[in-house]
Amino acid sequence: MYRKQWNKFRAKKINFLAAGFVALLLFTALFGPRLAPYSARHQVPGSVLTSPSSAHWFGTDSLGRDLFSRVIHGTRITVIMGVSATFIAAFLGLVQGLIAGYYGRMWDTVIMRFTDILLSIPGILLAITIIAVLGPGLNNVVIAIGIGSMPQFTRVVRGSVLAVKEEDYVTGARALGQNDFLIIVRHVLPNIMGPVIVLATLRVAAAVLNAAALSFVGLGAQPPTPEWGAMLNEARRYMRQAWWYTVFPGGALALTVLSINILGDSLRDILDPRTYY
Amino acid sequence: MKHFIIRRAFASVIVLWGVSTLIFFTVHMIPGDPARVMLGVRATPERVESLRESMGLDDPLLTQYFRFFGNVARGDLGRSFRTNRPVGHEIAVRIGPTVQLAFAGMGLALIIGVSAGVLAAAFRDTWIETVVMMVAMIGISVPNFVLGMLLMLYFSLHLRWLPTMGHGTWQHFVAPVISLGFLYSAIIARITRSSMVEILGMDYIRSARAKGLSERVVMTKHALKNGLIPVVTIAGLYLAVLLGGTVVVETLFSWPGLGRLAVESILARDYPMIQAIILVISSGFVLINFLVDLSYGFLDPRIRYD
Repeated sequence: MYRKQWNKFRAKKINFLAAGFVALLLFTALFGPRLAPYSARHQVPGSVLTSPSSAHWFGTDSLGRDLFSRVIHGTRITVIMGVSATFIAAFLGLVQGLIAGYYGRMWDTVIMRFTDILLSIPGILLAITIIAVLGPGLNNVVIAIGIGSMPQFTRVVRGSVLAVKEEDYVTGARALGQNDFLIIVRHVLPNIMGPVIVLATLRVAAAVLNAAALSFVGLGAQPPTPEWGAMLNEARRYMRQAWWYTVFPGGALALTVLSINILGDSLRDILDPRTYY
Repeated sequence: MKHFIIRRAFASVIVLWGVSTLIFFTVHMIPGDPARVMLGVRATPERVESLRESMGLDDPLLTQYFRFFGNVARGDLGRSFRTNRPVGHEIAVRIGPTVQLAFAGMGLALIIGVSAGVLAAAFRDTWIETVVMMVAMIGISVPNFVLGMLLMLYFSLHLRWLPTMGHGTWQHFVAPVISLGFLYSAIIARITRSSMVEILGMDYIRSARAKGLSERVVMTKHALKNGLIPVVTIAGLYLAVLLGGTVVVETLFSWPGLGRLAVESILARDYPMIQAIILVISSGFVLINFLVDLSYGFLDPRIRYD
């Protein structure tokens, strides 16, 4: 059944590389803190800003902490941030989009005009506005980014609902007297999930990036949290002495976003119904 | 056409009204007393109360809302909590560097993106296309501040070719502009490529080749001219998104622009300033979108608005 999709995925070798890296990322997020040689806050005496060596693969930071361990600990934070921000966005977008698309009329007008307004504030600025209300911090950044990327989901969901609700099976369910809630959950929702999943994959990458960016400017995770963006912010002060302080957290972040983007791209190629034939 | 412009202008004004309303109520949801924030924790309750009164904070929310609009309409955006100077003045000083940075970033993105995209389309299914598209994918994924830090590390600290931060000479532009523009050159390269690939499959390109025109003329005169239509419109839309990206890049390079001011204001809880910056940037965003909408008709005479 999925042969066509599998063949499409298989055609590009880079997809395997990206999938492998994402798998490694998830593994590290789950088990990393147990595997890391040091805890995220352990200060090794007498080794402040030492360059990469066999004892400290990524070197140490300004407080003598092992950077390799901190990058590993940071993986869990990054994955949780990216996924939960996207989950918030997808959930809110689904609720709004389903209501707007299914019920139409006034609901549609109100929700979509609200969405238009949100879309006319640049995403990161919208997140910053929300942080202004909630205050800086890791959890607030997740909420802010979630709300910030909600309008994209609302749009996609509404568009898909409009198409699905004209289908015969929905008309049939309605003719059988099923209530709206059941129709939405049983018939509409499963049929709009394709585009939502594709968008979610691509938005995870954007969420990871934006969360790190906000931590980088000091609005997100605060030291000593081993979050990659916050680590890069600390690294700025020691750029002259310690290139590894910038390169390893930065590289981890870039590779993460890159592999999620590659996967999202091929997922879109595979799942987008317009490219099926 | 006139009808369309009026209708779109009206819609833009409505969106702006919505944005400012949203920002007004969001900023008023911020916990804590602005007068207290302004005077600090050691101020006496009497002073806080008199300041509250003079700022009109005791009035009903709706009254404050209408007053806010009246003030905005007269160009009065309030006073900064931090400096007690009019917010408008501060923004007027800071907007220049941000606009310079944004336009330079988009200019660079267009030059690199269009050339790379055309190259990829012209050499379709060769290693050139693979390399260009791979670099574009990396460009989309490397965060602007990571790229910026790497540039700083290599070109400023290692080779000492560029200054690390600040604003003034052309050298100061190099690293921030590349950090900001690289992502968009990658996006533009992808769009240019797919647009060119589509156009190169058209009948009139085949005719042009059949009548013996050189490949260069076919590419530049026939394909590129049409292939650039979606690129220009999308570049316009991304110019607005790029404005948001200046927040991070400006902070990294200590660029004296609006984005950095926004971060500083949030950390200092300077609410009038935050409110005004978001309003100004969103207005720019809406204005650019409006102009992009209008540009469709000029670029592609087949599009009719009525």
